[in-house]
Amino acid sequence: MSIKIAVIQFPGANCDLDAIHVLKNVIKVDVSLVWHNHFKEKNYDGVVLPGGFTFGDYLRAGIIAAHSPAIDEARIMLKDGRPIIGICNGFQILTESQFLPGALLQNDSLKFICKWVNIKVENNKTAFTNKMRIGEVLDIPIAHGEGRYFTDNLKELEENDQIVFRYSTRDGEYTESANPNGSLEYIAGVCNIEQNCIGLMPHPERASESILSPRGTEHGQLFFESMIKFIEQRVK
Amino acid sequence: MVHMEYSVEVVLTNKEKAKDPVGTTIKRDLLAKKGYDMISNVRSGQYLRIFINAESEEQAGKIVDKMCNELRIFNPVTQNMIILKVTKQT
Repeated sequence: MSIKIAVIQFPGANCDLDAIHVLKNVIKVDVSLVWHNHFKEKNYDGVVLPGGFTFGDYLRAGIIAAHSPAIDEARIMLKDGRPIIGICNGFQILTESQFLPGALLQNDSLKFICKWVNIKVENNKTAFTNKMRIGEVLDIPIAHGEGRYFTDNLKELEENDQIVFRYSTRDGEYTESANPNGSLEYIAGVCNIEQNCIGLMPHPERASESILSPRGTEHGQLFFESMIKFIEQRVK
Repeated sequence: MVHMEYSVEVVLTNKEKAKDPVGTTIKRDLLAKKGYDMISNVRSGQYLRIFINAESEEQAGKIVDKMCNELRIFNPVTQNMIILKVTKQT
């Protein structure tokens, strides 16, 4: 069986081709760039909602894309357990669509932040983290203005093991200075209860080749390799 | 029934439990520095003015309220919505 992944292209997305590049040329999987109005879930085993500024981020980042027909299609995939990842603006779309709990608010600093950070793996059972170790610290860049994670239901997230990543120092410590945007409890990424859908503000597709990483790491590949492993195990 | 045009003013406020760095910055870095130290708090939000054809003020307000809830014009996790005013257009 050949695995087929879709990267959804919304107007205003700008990380779609980076995701395509990594999946096609680094992970070497069959991947298509699909315009959001044309996306049909039945053709795909997994889906990537890439970063960008869909519909200008008007009203709130991700809210207009959340009403796209592509999200209705993706909801079918969510229900039947296929893997879905939302990166940056894709994460904002997934919270606004209520695939994932919480919301992304304007950074504490009120500034757009673009820099390499570290995140620590809290849950390695999800569709996108099964090749990582609990406590592993990843090098990964962020680039966002609205990435401050907030939820009014932190206890439930913790009880259901839905916190997937937290911002940390390179040594894995949680400090205020390692939390770039003021996220609640340092949260950088979360998953749904079933763990087939994750969203995170950092960009794994920009961290998948050593030439792009300040420390020569390729931690971003782990996300996509995990997705492939998850799909292979799922169809067995 | 004759439909008239109404303007419905909607204000989206940030819930108190979520930090509001815009409000904090206005208070701390502008108002307090310019001597308005009697200002105890500032909270920011969003304002929308929606024009609608409806039978009455009441119906105009009801439709906008339903629409804002259905389409998540405000995010119930972090925001509250208030319909500030409904005005008949002339």
